[in-house]
Amino acid sequence: MTSEPAYNKPLPTPSAVSQPFWDATKEHRLVYQRCRSCGTRVFYPRDVCPGPQCFGVGTLEWVESTGKGWIYSYTISYQPAHPGFADDVPYVLAIVELDEGWRMNTNIVNCDHDSIEIGARVEVVWDDVTPEFTLPKFQLTG
Amino acid sequence: MDDSLRGAAAIVGIGELKPERTRPGRDAMSLLAEAAYLAIQDAGLAKSDIDGMIVDPELAVGSGGGYAARMAEYMGIYPTWATGCDAQGAAGVAMALQAAAYINAGLATYVLCGMGAAVDPAMRRRPPAGGRTETATTEFQAPFGPTVAANGWYAMIAKRYEALYGATVEKRAKVSVDFRYNANHNPMAIFHDTPITVDDVVNSRIVADPLHLLECVMPCAGGCAFVVTSAEAAQSLPHKPAYILGGGLGILRGNLTHVGEITVSPVGRGARKAFSMAGYGPSDVQVMEIYDSFTITVMCELEESGFCEKGEAADWIQAHDLTFKGDKPMNTHGGQLSYGQASTAGGCAQVTEAVRQIRRDGGEHQVPGPTDLVYVTGSGGAFSQQSAMLLGSEATL
Repeated sequence: MTSEPAYNKPLPTPSAVSQPFWDATKEHRLVYQRCRSCGTRVFYPRDVCPGPQCFGVGTLEWVESTGKGWIYSYTISYQPAHPGFADDVPYVLAIVELDEGWRMNTNIVNCDHDSIEIGARVEVVWDDVTPEFTLPKFQLTG
Repeated sequence: MDDSLRGAAAIVGIGELKPERTRPGRDAMSLLAEAAYLAIQDAGLAKSDIDGMIVDPELAVGSGGGYAARMAEYMGIYPTWATGCDAQGAAGVAMALQAAAYINAGLATYVLCGMGAAVDPAMRRRPPAGGRTETATTEFQAPFGPTVAANGWYAMIAKRYEALYGATVEKRAKVSVDFRYNANHNPMAIFHDTPITVDDVVNSRIVADPLHLLECVMPCAGGCAFVVTSAEAAQSLPHKPAYILGGGLGILRGNLTHVGEITVSPVGRGARKAFSMAGYGPSDVQVMEIYDSFTITVMCELEESGFCEKGEAADWIQAHDLTFKGDKPMNTHGGQLSYGQASTAGGCAQVTEAVRQIRRDGGEHQVPGPTDLVYVTGSGGAFSQQSAMLLGSEATL
């Protein structure tokens, strides 16, 4: 009898404020927060608005992203951060800026590492890593 | 600019432990205590003279709050003012400035500052294997595998810097090579016995593209401490005082990812405050101790501190000799890259090295030219917070 090895990388630990993000990723939707008071786009999820002039509390609303953006920066990691990544090296860790103007950490997948460059267009792809969690990763677009 | 701190306080005692790959069985409290005892004795003081203390939250790892008081009890020192300084690698400089402020405000007269760092796995908390992440920010980092010891974050800074300004490892390498030359003249340096060349750096394995192994600090165990007192009290102590002429801390972000241009390091705001308070400019500086977690860290700090224009650090580095014998002596003890980085004590050792140069006690690695005005920086997180300070001899007051 064979079985898939258990997923052994760190998993998110959703809090009350971040749970909607992970609920959405399970449905393959990428969401971020936007302040209904000042319009600031916010990521990672928070209870208060970090906008420069804004004192909004509870003013952040979940908004759906297009899932399209560009590579702000990246690194090809040859040393695993965690035993769970040992079989993945070299892997691509990146900061992607979404077209709505917010940034997140992610991995660039499904491509030849030599074809990656800063500024390259990317789109979200979904990695259903466990029954509970889906991670948003990105791939290069045509 | 309020210059009431200018020359009000001085560093009068220093103590540090030689960085080692590991110090089995020693925890952070024990390493800090040993360095602190050296610093207090170097200052010609008794334990009972110490009435202020600033320590690093590394001590709190695994043991919760109240660490300053527990550290005091551990050493048998009972101050009337004690706090932590949670500035990560920026803490060495930040503690000195905080101590000067406490002294100037009358809260204490002899302030002990320091940190210890253990890398013995049994003595330090490690991320749980296969474990879950801990905070709102790590929740959105760890699942994607950022590399150990911040390598991945600095690699992304270096990658973007390459894209914007074109400086690759061939140019960054000189930072590592010149600092290693200094370490080869400092018996306290972990890499005292091994010289390196530009080719060695370029050919060392890539840890996180584009950073090569010899561009990255190696985690060490060690400890570092110093004593700050008022300019007045400093006069009766054995060593030539290293006066705190000015300084500041800049915070740009808490995590690398979400805010601002990541090749902009936060030291600029601290540097402008330091120079303004001290009444000196970058061209007056005779020695630099620039926080060097990675080669790219040094380059961005030089730019933001005003030693060269943005994007020109690589050329500036090629044009100058950064060894202790050179025209721009920098990281004269070997830098953290070659002296060793015992966690936050690595930044602290750049403060104690500045003091040593001002005293002209550098021995084999003493800068031959004038060392009256020294610029020191600290850096915490991934370009999250950075500190800057000018230290000077009596001649600079």
